[in-house]
Amino acid sequence: MACTITLTVNGKAVTREVEERTLLVHFLREHLGLTGTHVGCDTSQCGACVVHVDGRSVKSCTMLAVQAADCAVTTIEGLAPADGTLHPMQEAFREHHGLQCGFCTPGMVMSAVDLVTDNPDPSEAEVREGLEGNICRCTGYHNIVKAVLAGAQAMRSADTEAAAAAE
Amino acid sequence: MANPSGIGASVRRREDKRFLTGRGTYTEDIRRPNETRAYILRSPHAHARIAGIDTADAQAAPGVVAVFTGADMAADGVGSLPCGWLIHNKDGSPMKEPPHHPIARDKVRYVGDPVAVVIAETTAQAKDAAELIVVDYEELPAVASLRAALDEGAAGLHDDAPGNVCYDWHLGDAAAVDAAFAQAAHVTTLELVNNRLIPNAMEPRAAMGEYDPATGEHTLTTTSQNPHVIRLLMGAFVLGIPEHKLRVVAPDVGGGFGSKIFHYGEEAIVTWAAKKIGRPVKWTAERSESFLSDAHGRDHLSKTELALDKDGRFLALRVSTVANMGAYLSTFSTSIPTYLYATLLAGQYRTPAIYAEVKALFTNTAPVDAYRGAGRPEACYLIERLVDTAAREMGIDRTEIRRRNFVPKEAMPYATPVALEYDTGDFARNLDMALPLVDYAGFAARKAEAAARGKLRGIGFATYIEACGIAPSNIAGALGARAGLYESAEVRFHPTGSVTVFTGSHSHGQGHETTFAQLVADRFGIPIDNVEIVHGDTAKVPFGMGTYGSRSLAVGGSALVKAMDKVERKAKKIAAHLMEAAEADIEVKDGRFAVAGTDKAVGIADIAMAAYIPHKFPLDELEPGLDEQAFYDPKNFTYPNGCHVCEVEIDPETGVTRVVAFTAVDDFGRVINPLIVEGQVHGGIVQGIGQALLENCVYDESGQLLTGSYMDYGMPRADDVPSFTVRYHEEAPCTHNPLGVKGCGEAGTIGASAAVMNAVVDALAEYGITHLDMPATPERVWRAINESRPAMAAE
Repeated sequence: MACTITLTVNGKAVTREVEERTLLVHFLREHLGLTGTHVGCDTSQCGACVVHVDGRSVKSCTMLAVQAADCAVTTIEGLAPADGTLHPMQEAFREHHGLQCGFCTPGMVMSAVDLVTDNPDPSEAEVREGLEGNICRCTGYHNIVKAVLAGAQAMRSADTEAAAAAE
Repeated sequence: MANPSGIGASVRRREDKRFLTGRGTYTEDIRRPNETRAYILRSPHAHARIAGIDTADAQAAPGVVAVFTGADMAADGVGSLPCGWLIHNKDGSPMKEPPHHPIARDKVRYVGDPVAVVIAETTAQAKDAAELIVVDYEELPAVASLRAALDEGAAGLHDDAPGNVCYDWHLGDAAAVDAAFAQAAHVTTLELVNNRLIPNAMEPRAAMGEYDPATGEHTLTTTSQNPHVIRLLMGAFVLGIPEHKLRVVAPDVGGGFGSKIFHYGEEAIVTWAAKKIGRPVKWTAERSESFLSDAHGRDHLSKTELALDKDGRFLALRVSTVANMGAYLSTFSTSIPTYLYATLLAGQYRTPAIYAEVKALFTNTAPVDAYRGAGRPEACYLIERLVDTAAREMGIDRTEIRRRNFVPKEAMPYATPVALEYDTGDFARNLDMALPLVDYAGFAARKAEAAARGKLRGIGFATYIEACGIAPSNIAGALGARAGLYESAEVRFHPTGSVTVFTGSHSHGQGHETTFAQLVADRFGIPIDNVEIVHGDTAKVPFGMGTYGSRSLAVGGSALVKAMDKVERKAKKIAAHLMEAAEADIEVKDGRFAVAGTDKAVGIADIAMAAYIPHKFPLDELEPGLDEQAFYDPKNFTYPNGCHVCEVEIDPETGVTRVVAFTAVDDFGRVINPLIVEGQVHGGIVQGIGQALLENCVYDESGQLLTGSYMDYGMPRADDVPSFTVRYHEEAPCTHNPLGVKGCGEAGTIGASAAVMNAVVDALAEYGITHLDMPATPERVWRAINESRPAMAAE
């Protein structure tokens, strides 16, 4: 059975016909060609497929595409501003060498952004606990944790600046 | 002024932006017009005869393009996956090398052995159709572990391998060892399990085959650490495609850790099938398939004995190891428990006599091959557990017994009794650096403080040395290697002075696009942005042996230096001509070619321009262009070494072990990019901690994989480990390669598992526990504690 869904992906409205069994991650990769979201496992453990759905991090392998109908989805491709700069969390990962092979990175960054949105000033232990659902085999997490702490600080600074500018 | 992107600078990685923005291109990300998807039907049985396969219903299922079995591949003359290293038995006879077909033909030998491939328009259709294939299996008794394989009367996997023995090999001087044991004041014995691991690179394996009937050219895009090796093995041995008609591309690859070195059957299946059906065929492993079908690592049982004199000096080491090969021989499987293991049994110590025998057995499990460290972690673990045990038995401090036995730096170069010659190393220095970092003197106080909280605290040391940068091709060849082990590089200056480097090394997380570019920027004084590093494509890179065994910089980087030497030699001649000076008067510094004693100078960009627009050029002496290629074959292995120290706390009520501190002091020779090197160490440490505390591949008696997903296999997660203290020194650079580099990729893994287990046993010492096999899971620790309690109560 196929059905038609409409949703917003990285700020653009898209309408596609999908099989009901199609997972959100496969919809993003196969139907929209957004291959930045990765599939690293088949048991919803690894977190390589994390995207934001209506602003919250979701393992896109645990959600059917039809469940994302009428939602706003942000993938790693949509995280950075359009001007070619990086999101503060992406920049922190680069600065602190928080990635090696890059395969877990999109999910890791998307999870980290959500973690910091929830908890703007996390401790190291909170970062480690918060990333428990994202597996990285390369970095040993050391630099990822450093990056998330730095990214959190940068996001706080950006928020402060934005608030100051708004006044 | 030093180049800000030169040697020694922590240049931020140039590859990061594409990975951070979702623009990496991994094999599964590539889309081709008209592509099809393959699904591999795998055996659910560990050992069975295939009495028949009925694919008719699957062929007729929606979206199905083709279904092929082993018989179809046999009919096309497809060959067996080759093994790259021939080992000889003690009696000089060759090892057993049973055939390993990409799709099983008459028999399946492990759960996950391919039995058919379904090719359809979508993966879902291919999977649906695979359910319609009827395979008539006649089950056979399974031999699912080394212990089962050692049983008299175990079922046989291969007709031509009686007793499931692949080889029975040895190294060292048995008589000298026997004589030393006869003189020993103390003998320490240990039986050890080196637990089986599943590599688990985060990107599952994938492969896409394409065929162009107009040119007769095949293209394989694959998750490989060494595309040229795959081209050679698959082209020459499996499919019979000559190199000039076979292109192998390894694009962005999401981690390897050894598991993507090997030529896997799926690569041959998609390449062969693409021609059969006339469309691109793409296969991507599901994680469950990765668990079943990636080559696993480790899996040794060892009996070990260390002879010491009354002062704790090592006299001799005797090792008897049984190593699991799995059901078939993976590409480099046979070399791992032999030349990459037994040759490292001296460790950092001047043990004068060593004898090791290794029996490799076939079992009904996935093939076993190199996994990060590959043989060297097994050797390090064995030595360092023995050393700690001996120290405890003899009442000698664990750092002191190591210090007493170190090969002193004055003894370098040092020939070990197991065939290696260490060129440099300052092992005492590593330990001296580590002790204040870990506050060894303060450990007793920390232990007491932990005890007050009801926790058991332990500290563990491990020193390691590894042989990396494999290796002189002629020596490896004499030992049975069926491949060369050099590396190639090409440095192509473009007319306006930018550079493209083609390297046979392959980056799958190591950051070559940064480190290799630093070498070029440093050498020619040019901005790093003017340097592009190309790798992973046999159509672009002249040749290559790839990346494994911590060899990229030591071998590939050295090839790059050789190519740059050639460029510089030619550039000097051109510069001399341009400035009308004698070549001997040209001085080169930071990319400037100056006439000695004058203010005349030209830059490399000017020279490149002159080389490609040769109007003012010594055409009668030189060819135009500035593009040089070099091959580098190492003179020896490199010997990274270090000292790792781990502190753990164990909760005796739950058996939960926490690593509370981990310090690594390493000697990697010269370090090109400290940021990247430290990152390699961090990752390696966690794989070592994983083996020690969490990871264990378990098959049940019938050969079913019990740890077949991330819900069952203990992958280290962020909250399982602490942050680390990582230091290195550059006081003992490699003496035989032009960069002085040794390699850093495997070190963390090699040292860590031994350091962790020594700390665990130290923490449990008060219970009289002297050994625990890995992984030290809460259950194992808790049981060990509780089994010791009645004994303690009785005392």
